[in-house]
Amino acid sequence: MATRHSRSAARAMMAPAVLLLLGWMLVPLGMTLWFSFRQVLPLRGGDLGPAGFDNYVRFVSSSRFWPAVETTLVIVLGVLAITIVLGILLALLLDQLIWGQGVVRILVISPFFVMPTVSALVWKNMFMDPVNGLLAHLWRIFGGDPVVWLTDYAMLSIVLIVAWQWLPFATLILLTAIQSLDSEQVEAAEMDGAPPLQRFWFIILPHLARAITVVVLIQTIFLLAIFAEIFVTTQGAFGTQTLTYLIFQRITDAQNIGLGSAGGIYAIILANIVAIFLMRIVGKNLDR
Amino acid sequence: MARAVSTRRKAIFTLAAWTVGLLISFPILWTLLTSFKTEAEAVASPPSVLLFDWTLENYRVVQERSDYWRHFWNSVIIAGGSTLLGILVAIPAAWSMAFVPGRRTKDILLWMLSTKMLPAIGVLYPISLLFVRFGLLDTRAGLVLVLMLINLPIIVWMLYTYFREIPGEILEAARMDGATLWKEVLYVLTPMAVPGIASTVLLNVILAWNEAFWTLNLTAAQAGPLTAFIASYSSPEGLFFAKLSAASVMAVAPILILGWFSQRQLVRGLTFGAVK
Repeated sequence: MATRHSRSAARAMMAPAVLLLLGWMLVPLGMTLWFSFRQVLPLRGGDLGPAGFDNYVRFVSSSRFWPAVETTLVIVLGVLAITIVLGILLALLLDQLIWGQGVVRILVISPFFVMPTVSALVWKNMFMDPVNGLLAHLWRIFGGDPVVWLTDYAMLSIVLIVAWQWLPFATLILLTAIQSLDSEQVEAAEMDGAPPLQRFWFIILPHLARAITVVVLIQTIFLLAIFAEIFVTTQGAFGTQTLTYLIFQRITDAQNIGLGSAGGIYAIILANIVAIFLMRIVGKNLDR
Repeated sequence: MARAVSTRRKAIFTLAAWTVGLLISFPILWTLLTSFKTEAEAVASPPSVLLFDWTLENYRVVQERSDYWRHFWNSVIIAGGSTLLGILVAIPAAWSMAFVPGRRTKDILLWMLSTKMLPAIGVLYPISLLFVRFGLLDTRAGLVLVLMLINLPIIVWMLYTYFREIPGEILEAARMDGATLWKEVLYVLTPMAVPGIASTVLLNVILAWNEAFWTLNLTAAQAGPLTAFIASYSSPEGLFFAKLSAASVMAVAPILILGWFSQRQLVRGLTFGAVK
């Protein structure tokens, strides 16, 4: 029984965390919202007065806006498709009885712990460099002309790099979900003579539905915000300017704070639309 | 008979799994290998695999040129400090949510999670402005604070899911015996929660170590952790693959090893208990 005394004590114990997060959310957000309605150009004297909805209109009507939306979507959807499909296959493979399971798991999971700046630089130089990269060597061995990855196929390269980073995450979560599957159910289907493909389609895949949804939502939130991978490779050139990077350049390169802030508000709205779906799933889980 | 088939089956799956595993981790293994080559050998065509003169020269050069240890300690202090601070704030909060849940506990938990979804780019300028204003730019204290705040929701969530697994009866028994709230938390709850707290610390150190938005944007020469250290290798300069490799290994190795121990916690921590 919780007494009134412990209730108020509980509230006091929650207070620091709640207040910190409230401040973290409201103060910067409030400032961004304020700046987004002002004309703020630090290089030309700072705050030049109210701007109404100008920044919002200008951000969306800029010729860079729609390409940036497209780039963002291609990266998010491309990485999701690769990581989910390969993640399911890998999870099924790792679920089998094999020798050295622990070591294989470590090998598969490792890319996730490599910091984004390192993985992007390693891929950019040691693999995708058109002269000395390993892929260039490989191309030459087979008599082809080395590909200038990060210039000619910049988007593909970024998607590959990011997918490599996130594949372990998808695999690990899907593997956890597969392992929680009631093995008797699968065995019963096997006894009844259901071929492997049918077992996968009618038993395993439905069981994975929730885990897949969770992977999609969480990855989407992180992928919408990827930054370091582009920062150390193309710097937004060659059609790799995502929405995040466009806003970043509006703020740091163009020093147009009002415009960048309006872009930031759009990004926040976008992320929240995804977040609502994630919350619903997580929230449902809390009641059990 | 079933045994014989299953052994063959096991061999095939083993071969397949090892092939895929080596393929996926190949960039890491290749980087490790290249870090022991000379610059000339690192770009040799065809690439030399094991038969080259192994050298530790690159590691020495990297330390000399970019002051690895300073960045390393910055990473340790920033990742460790932000996690510890977060834990201190989160333990009481998670405790009260798990054991004295009110009507709004669930809403508060979900709201905390939603702050994690706030895209960093949306608040980059205000935070930079505040950092300049309060003299926090390029300081470790500033980054400890920011990383603590962005990871606090995950810390609260993980602790909450661990605390909920502790039977409430034990706490009630302690209360019956006259333990005060503080003693109850300190002597009864904390020892039982140590494994959960340790897992939470582990995952959050990893997340903070690899965080590469705020660390790149809010630091310069002084407080830059390893993410910034490695970014200084982003402009190519003659032959530098071996040095880049050595620098990469030095930046990644400590956390990779911690990461291997945290696989299970990773799932719980990053899915907020939605996948177990």
